[in-house]
Amino acid sequence: MSALSSDALSQAGAGLTARGWRVFGVWLAALLLVPTVADSYFLSVLTTLLWFAYLGQAWNVMMGFAGQLSLGHSLYVGLGAYSAAALFVHFGIGPWAGVWLGMLVAALAGAAIGVLGFRFRVRGVYFALLTIAFAELTRIGFSHISWLGGAGGLFLPVSQRVNNDLAGLRGTPAMFYYVILVLTLAALLLCRWLLGRRIGYYWQAIREDQEAAQALGIDVFRYKLAAVLISAAMTAVGGVFYAFFYNNLFPEQIFSLSRSIEIILDVLIGGIGTLFGPVFGGFVLTPLGELLTWSLDRAGINIPGAKQFVYGGVLVAIVIFLPDGIWPPLARRLGLTRASSDPVRSSEP
Amino acid sequence: MSFSVPPSVIATGVLTGLVYGLGALGLSVIFGVVRVVNFAHGEIMVLGMYGAALLAQHAGLDPLAAAPLVAAVLFAGGWALQRGLINKLIGRPEHMQFILLAGVAMMLVNLMLMLFGPEAQAVQVAYAFDSFELGPLVLDKVRVYAALAAVLVAGGLSLFFSRTRLGKTIRACADNQLGARVVGLDVPRLYALTFGIGSATAGIAGCLLTLMVDVRPLLAPELTLLGFIIVIVGGLGSLTGALLGGLLIGVSEAFAGFLLLPSMKSMFSYGLLILILLLRPQGLLGKSS
Amino acid sequence: MTDEKISVPPLRLARRQFTKAALAATGVAAMGLPASAILAQTRTLKVGMLLPRSGFFAQAGQGCQRGADIAAALLSENGLRVELLNADTESDANVARSRAEKLIGDGAQVLVGAFDSGHTAAVAQVAEQHGVPLVINIAAAPQLTEQGYRTVFRNFPTSKTLVRNGLALMKDLFQATRKTPATAVCMYANDTFGQANKAAVEALLPQLDMPFRVLESINYDFAAKDLSAEVAKAKATGADLVIASTRANDAIMLVREMVKQRYRPMGLISPGSPGFYDDQFYKVLGRYGDFVISNVPWIDPKSEVARRIETAYRKEFPSYRYESDAFNVGFTFEAVLVATDAARRAGSTDPKALLQALPGTHLPEHVMIGAPIQFDPKGQNNGVGSAAVQNRNQRPTVVLPKSSAELDPVFPIPAWQGRS
Repeated sequence: MSALSSDALSQAGAGLTARGWRVFGVWLAALLLVPTVADSYFLSVLTTLLWFAYLGQAWNVMMGFAGQLSLGHSLYVGLGAYSAAALFVHFGIGPWAGVWLGMLVAALAGAAIGVLGFRFRVRGVYFALLTIAFAELTRIGFSHISWLGGAGGLFLPVSQRVNNDLAGLRGTPAMFYYVILVLTLAALLLCRWLLGRRIGYYWQAIREDQEAAQALGIDVFRYKLAAVLISAAMTAVGGVFYAFFYNNLFPEQIFSLSRSIEIILDVLIGGIGTLFGPVFGGFVLTPLGELLTWSLDRAGINIPGAKQFVYGGVLVAIVIFLPDGIWPPLARRLGLTRASSDPVRSSEP
Repeated sequence: MSFSVPPSVIATGVLTGLVYGLGALGLSVIFGVVRVVNFAHGEIMVLGMYGAALLAQHAGLDPLAAAPLVAAVLFAGGWALQRGLINKLIGRPEHMQFILLAGVAMMLVNLMLMLFGPEAQAVQVAYAFDSFELGPLVLDKVRVYAALAAVLVAGGLSLFFSRTRLGKTIRACADNQLGARVVGLDVPRLYALTFGIGSATAGIAGCLLTLMVDVRPLLAPELTLLGFIIVIVGGLGSLTGALLGGLLIGVSEAFAGFLLLPSMKSMFSYGLLILILLLRPQGLLGKSS
Repeated sequence: MTDEKISVPPLRLARRQFTKAALAATGVAAMGLPASAILAQTRTLKVGMLLPRSGFFAQAGQGCQRGADIAAALLSENGLRVELLNADTESDANVARSRAEKLIGDGAQVLVGAFDSGHTAAVAQVAEQHGVPLVINIAAAPQLTEQGYRTVFRNFPTSKTLVRNGLALMKDLFQATRKTPATAVCMYANDTFGQANKAAVEALLPQLDMPFRVLESINYDFAAKDLSAEVAKAKATGADLVIASTRANDAIMLVREMVKQRYRPMGLISPGSPGFYDDQFYKVLGRYGDFVISNVPWIDPKSEVARRIETAYRKEFPSYRYESDAFNVGFTFEAVLVATDAARRAGSTDPKALLQALPGTHLPEHVMIGAPIQFDPKGQNNGVGSAAVQNRNQRPTVVLPKSSAELDPVFPIPAWQGRS
């Protein structure tokens, strides 16, 4: 079993070489030190970057590891955010308790989608459409729930950020930054741990050839559902962070299809199914976007849509030229990961 | 609360639904043959809309008259897209094609945003405010003309696929790709043709839509989703299915908008989509595979 | 079909927006406000503008920007220079938040924005967290001044005030024309603003003793492509009056559908929302847009300051329509005015000093209809009034209150068909 699970790990590009560990260490140290030198704008950009990286990581569990394409992941973000926010606004319950409700609600929604989808054999693109439909339903529904603010939005009370109240998630931008950094690292650790266990191996088998896995006696339904639940719960935690960081929630935005696509951009660019792909993707796209915005600002022109246009172009280029993402070939080239077989892919037709 | 819906509302739903159905036809044709889920469908329709708007502004053309030209341009575009880009991904996992088209969609939407700005723009034809009054029915002229054109185009497509040699060849390719290759058909060329036809159809639908709806770039994702709902409900690969799906969605949204809270009317369509995906994924008129 | 030409509002390529104000070199005459007793050397007040110059609210946002540019030119004098730091919120709350952070990082000492309540809420949080004052130019959600923020000052009515004034003006309208509708149907866009208006109408109707009975409230999706079912629903109620809280494009779609469905109520009145006096509205609807009434805050035709602004506007932006922009220009100008006034009284441009000075604002000479600008302890200006603005000959025209009216109101509205 250990040989097989290490195969799953190496397939995900998770096995770092000595040099890889060094690079990782430097990168981590830099991230830890950023708040001491950066201004609040830079910090907010990094926080958003890490947030998307974290969500991408969560999505990756469902798609990259278990092969289930979800284009409605904003559903879980929103459910997590609204659950915790509602508890806080209406009952004064803090986020560390609220997050459990958020995870539960999201997991239930994931279970519903998973059970319905898998039982009725909804696969591939149809499954993706199913996830979109659920997210859209929820978006329109929440726009009409006045207890949650409806279309007008749910606002959390804020105060001046002089003190850091970790328990209540109220504080300076630096505090939030460290929270999301810890979350992202925790996600990395969790994914690595999962990949090394039996479940990681089963996911790989399911992803490669679901029928064959079933024939071999793997309870495909159970492990696919597990992926959905874990992914949903992780995503919900990101939603809770969002609620307490931005302090306002609008159904139109948080459950939107474009948000769902934003979440997966990092992963697609970085590399689906890899361990470091989502985070790497974030560190490619966000600086690119900021550079573009900054250049346009300097030139004194404002062309809305330019950034998204470039992102779309990058996505197209990656799909055609580097379908496994940028991370796997780059990491191999730079000698950061141990040599592995081809990175993870969904079953060939 | 009374459940009676004025006949005009139903009629408007039917007319609108026919135009959306034409749009979905383009999507259905592409999926039925090339087996690619065109996530950029709405974007192609909106390109058609802007084409009609530009021709209206610079050449004074009514969108109905502009449709053939728009169709030709989008045919070429679709053909090139398939040949140049999507063809590279035949044989790759299905979701990669989906994602490629999502990327293309992102580029198209934002390109339009950069060129035309986000504000909605209307094409005003001389009869934009006129209506036909037939007894209790009040029907806007623009909708009637658009629906008639949609039915004509759909009919034309149906004849193309059932009577012409090329059309039948394309259908053969759809039914059995391996067999088609074995028999010596140039499958990539047929795919490109089909994508062109699908795009042209979507473009014509866009022109017709311009008469009824104001064009703005962010309409595109909505139209993509609507296209998917219609096609899945009606049945992928079935021409009548697409029109039927369009009718169904048009009428049900009219009902829902009138009887319930209008801002919730889309929930109905999504609910229908979920039911069909679960219970009858081939759609109402689709073939069970 | 006749060979009438097809009319299309110009499908222009999007205008490139320039981020730096270009008015300084134009030589527009400065305001001549009372000089501060201390003639210090020129200080610069950095005003961070957060406006939706792109996205859904682009039209309005760009109008606001023109107001800001005029303000910067007219208010820079007597030792104080106004420097605008402009940012585009892209009609998105998250972008608004991040841009606000950036502007503060770039040295903005006061923020002005953000047109939409949702975006403004996001900006307000950033302002509060940094201790930088925010002067709201346009945003109606009551929560903004109810959350206990110390840094937020709003020179704009809450939706409750807007609707209260709007309903009162309706009563005046019925009195002036001696025609009273017995029933009404309300239509609201399903977004922050529309729902706030809905809540306000429902709360105030019983209190204000309005002569009509509301038969139905219709919520519609403000981004809907098509309002035919909604208008059919309104028509089916048979109501005499249509009260609509719209945004921009939905206003156009609403009237267009009403014409096509041959639904002519006694009147179409907005209780305090935009859309019916936008440039695009007139362009698309032409004569069909006439006689619609918007009960909204408006430029005071008697204000000297307003006249100077109009002169500057017509000189600087000849291709734009002043009347359609006046609302956005006026409030944005006032916001910058409030900021500069505070800076003068404080004798400093430091945010802390501004925060101390802002509560004491008292400006009798300003732009919009209403009492002198001042703020209550929550930072809210309760003295902003409204006027009944009716579209006449495709131009927004004040018809009430009588003292500011240019023409007499017309109610009920004439038939759609056969308008010349």
